[in-house]
Amino acid sequence: MLQKLRSPNVYFALGSLLIFVLIQVLISMGDLNPYWQGIIFWGAAITMVSLGLNLIYGFNGQFSLGQYGFYAIGAYASADITFRWLHHDPSALVVVIVGCALALVFMGGVGVFLRRFYGVTTLAKFLFYLIATILGFYLAVRFVNPAIGPALYQMLNALPLGISQQIVFFLALVGGATLAGIVSYLFGIPVLELGSDYFGIATLGFTIIIKVLLDNTDTLLPFPEMKGARGMIGIPKWTTWPWVFFTFMAVVLVLRNILHSSTGRAILSVRENERAAELMGVDTPSNKVLAFVIGSVFAGLAGGIRAHDMAFLHPTMFGFLPSFNPLIIIVLGGLGSMTGTIITGFFWVILLEGVLRLYLPEGFETWRFVIYPLGLLVMMLLRPQGLMGKYEIPFLRRPLPPPRAHEVPQPEKVAPTAEEVTV
Amino acid sequence: MKGRPDNLSPEVEMRPVVLEIEGLTHYFDSLRAVHDFSVTLKEGELVGLIGPNGAGKTTIFNLITGVYRPTAGSIRYEGAELVGLPSHEIIQMGIARTFQNIRLFANLTVLDNVLIAHHPHTGYGLLDAILRSRRFRESEKVLIERSQELLAIFGLEERQNDIASSLPYGLQRRLEIARALATQPYLLLLDEPAAGMNPGEVIELMELIHFIRDKFKLTIFLVEHQMRVVMGICEWITVMDFGEIIARGTPREIQNDPKVIEAYLGKGAVVGARAEVA
Repeated sequence: MLQKLRSPNVYFALGSLLIFVLIQVLISMGDLNPYWQGIIFWGAAITMVSLGLNLIYGFNGQFSLGQYGFYAIGAYASADITFRWLHHDPSALVVVIVGCALALVFMGGVGVFLRRFYGVTTLAKFLFYLIATILGFYLAVRFVNPAIGPALYQMLNALPLGISQQIVFFLALVGGATLAGIVSYLFGIPVLELGSDYFGIATLGFTIIIKVLLDNTDTLLPFPEMKGARGMIGIPKWTTWPWVFFTFMAVVLVLRNILHSSTGRAILSVRENERAAELMGVDTPSNKVLAFVIGSVFAGLAGGIRAHDMAFLHPTMFGFLPSFNPLIIIVLGGLGSMTGTIITGFFWVILLEGVLRLYLPEGFETWRFVIYPLGLLVMMLLRPQGLMGKYEIPFLRRPLPPPRAHEVPQPEKVAPTAEEVTV
Repeated sequence: MKGRPDNLSPEVEMRPVVLEIEGLTHYFDSLRAVHDFSVTLKEGELVGLIGPNGAGKTTIFNLITGVYRPTAGSIRYEGAELVGLPSHEIIQMGIARTFQNIRLFANLTVLDNVLIAHHPHTGYGLLDAILRSRRFRESEKVLIERSQELLAIFGLEERQNDIASSLPYGLQRRLEIARALATQPYLLLLDEPAAGMNPGEVIELMELIHFIRDKFKLTIFLVEHQMRVVMGICEWITVMDFGEIIARGTPREIQNDPKVIEAYLGKGAVVGARAEVA
């Protein structure tokens, strides 16, 4: 019993609960001003984005620069849902949620259908899935929205304001994340075949495309409320500490549980040796797409959280330069280390936007971007494997199964390699 | 029958066909790597494929496992055509292979290496893993036990939590075979399993190959460069040179075949070289 209480799971649960309560108390008592609160929320968001990228690059070995594109999709989609909702228009909510659901159903159907054929080319596969997605969203816009939109609005509005808001916010987060996932799936099918370096270039292109589209949301795309390059204002500030905390924990737990399962091992095997993985029966193309989609869903979710904390979105936030942030964070923290990503993610925001911005003498804020790259340089020279290397805290560490029971019982000792084993 | 020596015992000839390769031809651009290669393996056989360096032996394995798509010819495994299938599906049908140059998952533990090969038959889905369902915990336990049993056969049990690349060379070779067996094959393709081993290790390996064939009821197709290995364990042998079959027969026949000796030692070596090849 006592043994069980001392397991890493209990420590982890207690530790995170403590952090949750501590920060909640600080916020409630007004000791944590909105500035620092914003920095913590931002830290959580960028860490979720980086955890997603670490799954794609650190664990699966696919070099991606597209993470901020999916972050942007999640942010704008969820912001649009809540913005329109506040303006008595449930269409975005219905279209995104129902459209995603229908698209997923159709894609599932296409998947079952395509499985009956051998040698379907990637392009054909992509087109089939694209048609399924477009069909899903078309149906949602054309038929489902007019049919259930007004009724849904009245029904939700009949609830007390606080509750209906929370429901809409929840659906907005889910919708944004799912949309990011669907887009990444469509993008991933043809592009992941390219191999890691080309994939990196292609994803960079994706980020740029998203940025350009966001610059022209009011002209090229039919979303005047996003106001293109002027930036989207009027997003409700609904992100609270419990939302941040529980989304963050969900991301960490889901990622950990996936990595410690057979799917996680398959994802790792692709990074280690793709050819060998394929020849051990691992469906490497599907596993690459899977890791890519999960990573993008995390980014989309983080986008929703960030958008409703900032209450303002601007395309430059998702431009070319910021899109390297998650990459810097995971390399700094250690590729393939969740602990490293979490620590560096928060550290990065706190240092760059908190400490340096506040404590550098006035007029020297720009020096942040001299100090910070120099720090990176020194870091890479001294510790190329990243801050944490491959270290994980016990809860996130891959379990090392004990030898079989029939053997001579040995006193519990940690193998010398235990730390390095925790990929 | 095509692709087999004609003097094998009738008892063997009665068995069902496992692998049937016919007229296999493969070009790398204009370079002919394999030409009109045929072989038929029956259940439980241990067949060798030998030849000098660059004869196209490994290419044959790459063609069987879908790494390359042959220019012409057919590969049938238990009656099903393999040409055009992706590698992982071919493996899931029950064909496993090892690699000439070791291709372990170098930064993962020994146990993980074997567990990955179990991936297609884990018995739980992604949702089970995320929610840590009972099915996940039970399947995972079974998988680990099965992998540990396999490691025990290869004397790797004590090193299960070591990083694969930290193993000595001989053990890495063994781990490759263990990992291949974890895919639960009926047909095992061994690509130069004895490469880089000393004579003592080779003898041990030969015993091991015999043992696993009987224990796991395998059919084994073995590519080897060292004559000694194939002579010791194979029931019959196919010899390749420049992508073509030049001889086929029992080890004894092959040893004395002038064409084989010529391929290995060059023209004019036939007379004096017999002893050396043996």
